[in-house]
Amino acid sequence: MSFSVADIRKDFPIFERTIRDGKRLVYLDSGATAQKPRVVINAESDFYSKHNAAVHRGAHQLAEEATDAYEGAREIVAKFIGGQENEIIFTKSATESINLVSYAMGNAEAGNRFALTASDSIVVTEMEHHANLIPWQQLAARTGAQLNWFNVTQDSRLDLSNVDQIITANTKVVAITHQSNVLGTINPTEAIVKRAHEVGAVVVLDACQSVPHMSVNVAELDVDFLAFSGHKAVGPTGVGVLWGKAELLDELPPFLTGGSMIENVTMSTATWAPVPQKFEAGVPNMAQAVGLGAACKYLSGLGMDAVREHEIALTGYALEKMSSIEGMRIVGPLENIARGATISFTLADIHPHDIGQYVDSQGVAVRTGHHCAWPLARAMKVPATTRASFYLYNDEHDVDALVEALLGAQKYFGRF
Amino acid sequence: MELDSLYQEVILDHYKHPQHKGLNPVYTAQVSHVNTSCGDEITLNLNVENNVITSITWDGQGCSISQASVSMLTDLVTNKTLEQADAIVKSFSELMSSKGTAAGDPEVLEDAVVFAGVSKFPGRVKCALLGWMAFKDAAIQSQGEN
Repeated sequence: MSFSVADIRKDFPIFERTIRDGKRLVYLDSGATAQKPRVVINAESDFYSKHNAAVHRGAHQLAEEATDAYEGAREIVAKFIGGQENEIIFTKSATESINLVSYAMGNAEAGNRFALTASDSIVVTEMEHHANLIPWQQLAARTGAQLNWFNVTQDSRLDLSNVDQIITANTKVVAITHQSNVLGTINPTEAIVKRAHEVGAVVVLDACQSVPHMSVNVAELDVDFLAFSGHKAVGPTGVGVLWGKAELLDELPPFLTGGSMIENVTMSTATWAPVPQKFEAGVPNMAQAVGLGAACKYLSGLGMDAVREHEIALTGYALEKMSSIEGMRIVGPLENIARGATISFTLADIHPHDIGQYVDSQGVAVRTGHHCAWPLARAMKVPATTRASFYLYNDEHDVDALVEALLGAQKYFGRF
Repeated sequence: MELDSLYQEVILDHYKHPQHKGLNPVYTAQVSHVNTSCGDEITLNLNVENNVITSITWDGQGCSISQASVSMLTDLVTNKTLEQADAIVKSFSELMSSKGTAAGDPEVLEDAVVFAGVSKFPGRVKCALLGWMAFKDAAIQSQGEN
């Protein structure tokens, strides 16, 4: 099947509406959240209208159907990223997934491989989204562990010239982003994973911006934990995924405690259910997990390699068109190699918020600001940027509309 | 165009030619505020003598709305008493929360009534209020010292 954006757009009801007085919706903010295809909306709605019951309990047919649907979604998600079913934990967001790991590590007692002390170190990068920075800052603060990081070079890549000095024998965890939500940079993981494993550290991969856009296989990457959010992968809001290697999840202490995650309980003690239940306390976000299953199925139907190829072509076109605008500074890799379809930029001295406002008046939805990566903005010496993030339902018309709107903004704000 | 109600000429004029920008080292209170959603920053130095604002200066970076708004604020409150300034801030805050239904009192707000258009854009109200909230903080601090 050839990749047809026109056909794909028909799957997304939101593109049937217009914006700002009848203008075509040019949605370039998928880096923040993706639009939803009808199959996802229906899957979530069907769960509520036909199968709703609390999973893993209740001796009745609805409970059986709900459990089947929920566990079926786990199976689909596992297959989607090349993991095992019992390695998939449903959370409410990728942010929660990462906090789960960091808080659970903080709960580890001496003797547990995850226990941290003041002599240990945690490694991150300068291009992390706050969701993969602050949980580690906080864990360092709570345990006294040192926080170290890889810097970003001026050409928007990770500076990996000193992997062995950053990741040391004391390093317990290395948390890095697979693809920057600002720069679009796709980070090479091999050297980092190799060095981390050499010193016995675990690697946590923030895959929020990669899983929706390319084929991601946890076995090939050989990372130890991976987090992504459902809503950026055409799935519902309110569901995220934490994948972890089974033997590590076994050893990791729980984060949230309560119902569903226990094996046996007395008035003063409790033991834990096996993974993944150990990490899913309470009645879970069932309809959202089922919706995410439908989303992964939808993406698999298109083929993640085809999605990636489409985005590479579109990124090439966008980089070329956008670079031709006077005063344009792309904040991210200029060459279309190891980069995703997220393009952040500044345009002469027009403030990003003003650019965003103007292009919105033309029906073009972009994001402006520091994109939850304030230290990165400082490293790139920009107070804020405008970000256009493209996805499977965008095409060259959308790039053209963006470029035209940017030229319009220049004219509009240049009139004084 | 709807956009023109947001970007009035007088706003863009203040943006290009900001008033009272550059910090006066003499002050009774200094405050720094940021707009966490977009990273805009402002530092404001306020000098109050005998309950009168003798100097209000600022520095910062941000969008046209936030910069023009603080520029106009400084014009408005210079040489006013803290009570007079407080009334101006109240009037401006009310205008900003009006969702496009109020026109603003030109007797109190003078040129700043042009921000009435901003109140129709919920995403920009915080930009317009950045400097004003910083001033409010600084005024409270200066009050304590006077």
